[in-house]
Amino acid sequence: MTRRGAAGSVLLAAVVALAFAGPLVSPWSWDETDFTAFGQGPSGRHWLGTTQSGRDVFALTLRGAQKSLVIGLLAALLSSGLAAVAGTVAGFAGGPLDRALMWGADLLLVLPPLLVVAVLAPGGGWPLLAPLLAAFMWMLPARAVRASTLSVRERGHVLAARFLGVAAPRVLVRHVLPQVASLLVADASLAAGAAIAAEGGLSFLGLGVRPPDVSLGALIADGRGAAATWPSGAAAGLLALIVLAVNLLGDGLRDALDPLRGGR
Amino acid sequence: MTVLEVAGLSVVHAGGVRAVRGVSFAVGAGEVLGIVGESGAGKTAAALAVMGLLPDGAEVTGSVRLRGEELIGRSDAELSRVRGRDLAMVFQEPALTPVHTVGDQIAEAVRVHSGAARAAARARAVELLGQVGIAARRARAYPHEFSGGMLRRVMIAMAIANAPAVILADEPTAGLDVTVRAQILDVLRGAREATGAAIVLISHDLGVVEGFADRVTVMREGRVVESGPVERVYLEPRAACTAELLGSVPRVDGTAPPRPRPERPVALRVDGLARHYPVFKGTLVRRRLGTVRAVDGIGFDVREGETLALVGESGCGKTTALMEILRLSRPQRGRVVVLGQDTASLNAARRKALRRDVQVVFQDPGASLNPRMRVAAIIAEPLTAHGFPSSLIESRVKESLELVGLESEHARRFPHALSGGQRQRVAIARALALEPRLLLLDEPVSALDVSVQASVMALLESLRDRLGLAYLLVAHDLAVVHRIADRVAVMYMGRIVELGPTPDVYRAPAHPYTRALLRRVRLRGDPPDPMSPLTGCRFRFRCPRYAVLAKEDARLCDEQDPKPWGGADRSVACHHPLVGAGARQ
Amino acid sequence: MAGFLLRRLVSRGVLVVVAGSLAYLLAAAALDPRAGFEARVPRPPDAVIDARLSALNLDDRTPLAERFLVWGGGVVRGDFGRTREGEPVNAELWPRLGVSLRLVVPGGVAGSVLGVLLGAYAATRRGRGADRFITGGACVLLAVPVFVLAVLLQTAAATVNDAMGVRVFVWVGEGESAGIVGQVRHAVLPTATITLLQLAVYARYQRGLMLDVLHADFVRTARAKGLRRRTALLRHGLRTALVPMAAYFAYAAGPLVIGGMLTEKVFGWHGMGEWLADSIDRGDVNAVAAIDCVAACAVLPAGLVSDVLNGLLDPRVRPGAAA
Repeated sequence: MTRRGAAGSVLLAAVVALAFAGPLVSPWSWDETDFTAFGQGPSGRHWLGTTQSGRDVFALTLRGAQKSLVIGLLAALLSSGLAAVAGTVAGFAGGPLDRALMWGADLLLVLPPLLVVAVLAPGGGWPLLAPLLAAFMWMLPARAVRASTLSVRERGHVLAARFLGVAAPRVLVRHVLPQVASLLVADASLAAGAAIAAEGGLSFLGLGVRPPDVSLGALIADGRGAAATWPSGAAAGLLALIVLAVNLLGDGLRDALDPLRGGR
Repeated sequence: MTVLEVAGLSVVHAGGVRAVRGVSFAVGAGEVLGIVGESGAGKTAAALAVMGLLPDGAEVTGSVRLRGEELIGRSDAELSRVRGRDLAMVFQEPALTPVHTVGDQIAEAVRVHSGAARAAARARAVELLGQVGIAARRARAYPHEFSGGMLRRVMIAMAIANAPAVILADEPTAGLDVTVRAQILDVLRGAREATGAAIVLISHDLGVVEGFADRVTVMREGRVVESGPVERVYLEPRAACTAELLGSVPRVDGTAPPRPRPERPVALRVDGLARHYPVFKGTLVRRRLGTVRAVDGIGFDVREGETLALVGESGCGKTTALMEILRLSRPQRGRVVVLGQDTASLNAARRKALRRDVQVVFQDPGASLNPRMRVAAIIAEPLTAHGFPSSLIESRVKESLELVGLESEHARRFPHALSGGQRQRVAIARALALEPRLLLLDEPVSALDVSVQASVMALLESLRDRLGLAYLLVAHDLAVVHRIADRVAVMYMGRIVELGPTPDVYRAPAHPYTRALLRRVRLRGDPPDPMSPLTGCRFRFRCPRYAVLAKEDARLCDEQDPKPWGGADRSVACHHPLVGAGARQ
Repeated sequence: MAGFLLRRLVSRGVLVVVAGSLAYLLAAAALDPRAGFEARVPRPPDAVIDARLSALNLDDRTPLAERFLVWGGGVVRGDFGRTREGEPVNAELWPRLGVSLRLVVPGGVAGSVLGVLLGAYAATRRGRGADRFITGGACVLLAVPVFVLAVLLQTAAATVNDAMGVRVFVWVGEGESAGIVGQVRHAVLPTATITLLQLAVYARYQRGLMLDVLHADFVRTARAKGLRRRTALLRHGLRTALVPMAAYFAYAAGPLVIGGMLTEKVFGWHGMGEWLADSIDRGDVNAVAAIDCVAACAVLPAGLVSDVLNGLLDPRVRPGAAA
């Protein structure tokens, strides 16, 4: 593991701990309103102050961070899974199936994903956001997986296994998947970063997570125009920190798992 | 007069690896010094140190004097005035920038030192291309449109552009076909005559150095172990490793005892096998350009306990033929009969059953073994795939390892923890684990060092004789073929041009192409474009015999495709075979 | 080259047509314009709502296929239908597209050029201070979502304004009435946002590409001819490392559109992004579909430029090169 990767994982662990353990020690819950404090700065009572409507910023921010983390993780898992299946199948099978899958990927690439997600997202609640984001993130990784499957398919040990009489599914699982797995693992964490940023953007536009629930993007949007920069500052900082941690981890994983890129 | 003098040169790479340890040599004007040694002997690192082109972090000590001037310790700017003007290098990999034309890249070498005008430099580039035998119009082509041999020649043209005092040539012929190899050496010779440069020829191939160098320096593990005039070193080597290097080179000129063809069943019969590929151009728009006739109607048979070698230069279709046989399914054209079963009639289950008896060993053991699996798992894989009882697998793996001369403790290792020779033994052990009857060998020793080659070949021979295996061997190295093949089939552009018992073919080649291969004759031109339309004899454009034929005789070659004629034991596809070849029919 | 481009244009055109249709179908299926009318106070009678909806081709009781055909027929004639308020979509679309292009194009071009240069420079100084600074900076920039970046820039600008006592930076709207100087002043921050966003992406990618060619054999060949390291890297290394960048250009267009959308929202530019957010809120199917179509079409020239660049930079993909 590279230094960058290590820094990323430590940072991510810290953020996760904060997001999920923080609410346990916080005196206020995210959906409580303190009618005695509107738009206050940080104090012993409200660690990060309160919003204009008297809600505790610390609790709100952590609630938003939880959302971001869960959505990012889910979207990354789903999109990498899709990419793995579509990419290896297209690369290994070739022919019409390959062409159909890649045409579909190209089609989705033409539509800027956020636009479509923005149209569809308001229909469901936030749990729908993760699969929606994933549905528009798998194309580029799938192309990469396909390309590497194509090259792995011609590699000596895969050819050898096929000519020695090993059955195709076994060849795929035993010889092809391990070779593209490193690519997938690294990509999954980068996809998580992208999904978190996208969710933030959607919520910022008011199209992602809807009130009364909160997310980091929505908090940042709320904080604009308000006199106090506390609420949006904390949310923006945390959001940037999460994406940074996930990106660093992804870079580190890619460097560590891909021998060709080692030592960058 | 000594132009380049290297003394006590040492190189330590960034990781602390000592690649070169106190190497000294000197070369005078017009002289050729050969530096030989196995891979990893530090030859290339020494040459790069002389040029000042080692990767960042490498530490160089010692002295390199060019015409008495010290080069070690100079800055990049100072060295760049010397490089390409006084000191030129031809690299092992003929790497040109893919996005500039070949002519521009040569012109750049001229301009950077002389400051010549663009047009003048271009004209000079064309002239230099002419010197290395490349047509002027090709100056505007890009590197990807050139063959490997042509790229080497371009590299040489670049090296001689400013008439340097010393040319360092690092493996200038490695990976090239024999007939092209001879061409490159001729070009180098011409370059020396034209410029009077001293040449340092680095090679692992003693044959290349023998015919070209005046003196030779032998390196091993970063040190010079011996140096002297070529004849002296070859005839009475003083260092043990020189003798070993010389002794392990398989030589064609030995006399192999003739083995009678065994009266045993035929393991593999191939009739009229063909494989044509459509060719597309461009990565963005695919345009069909034509058809490559990779294999174009070949036929032969291999009996049990016998080895047949398919030889030929790269692109002749030998590997394609092997792959077609390996597929065990209906070929595009022709018939493949493996162990009595016609592959066209096999269903999936019977094909899989047949795979048990037909196994394969690939060229590069590093690639053909899964890096993430241990040796035991690699050898066990075909066993599990064919439903071998799992209780017996462990003992079978052990037996297979023993058979190829490996220890049972090797079973726990990963491929990267083995040497190249050991890896190839694992690949052979995997192929033998199921006790096949037919073994297909694709260049089984070409990725190995010479001394390792000998032991792997000895292993293959003894296994064949003990187990009665049939081998179909694909190789380009004629010495290897001479050593282990009973019969040889010479391929040229998808056809077998000559087929016969190895000793007979080697002693008296009937086809002009076979003769050129065996005698390392320089052929005219480059191998033709495999897509060019074919009429008449495919070899006639490069054929030394065709060139001297009378007009009426030559017309036969122009108009008629020669069919193989002669017996099943010895056949040749030539209208005008060399004298003495027909005597056996 | 022309024939090749034409073929690419056709194949991409087909993709855009399919993608545009998909965009309409999704928008028409997912959005609910009826809700907007029903929520009006006072609530209009159902018959009025129905009449209004069917006049605008928004009636959810008409089969989707039928609405699609009506919409598609209009689009073929260059008419994207009417907004929910009954205004022609086109009247709104083109000015807004102009606003968005004025934002995205200068920032995108500046960002990609600067990014390529910085990335290449960082690679040649690998491991030293400059490389660490550029790589670290790109990494942080990539982690900061666009809208956060925009807000941060605003905050920083406000601090500068306060400190200077004059309004050096202005950022709300395009400043149409403020003359050329005013417009430029208004454009500084949004353009900087887009530039930084692009710069980070390109610098990171170009650095990786450049590292691949840093020790390439052909760079060594060039140095062996007598070129200095720097010259060899520039003429041979960077020139070759630019080739994959051309293909990347097309892929970078999508994120750029989205980045532009969010930046508009922050800086109060009345561009496509702002309109999209509002239209989705209002359930304005025709406007949303038009925006999606334009966005899909924007990817088309990006892909085409990418193809042309690729053809110019890389002789290996040039069809009809001397064989």
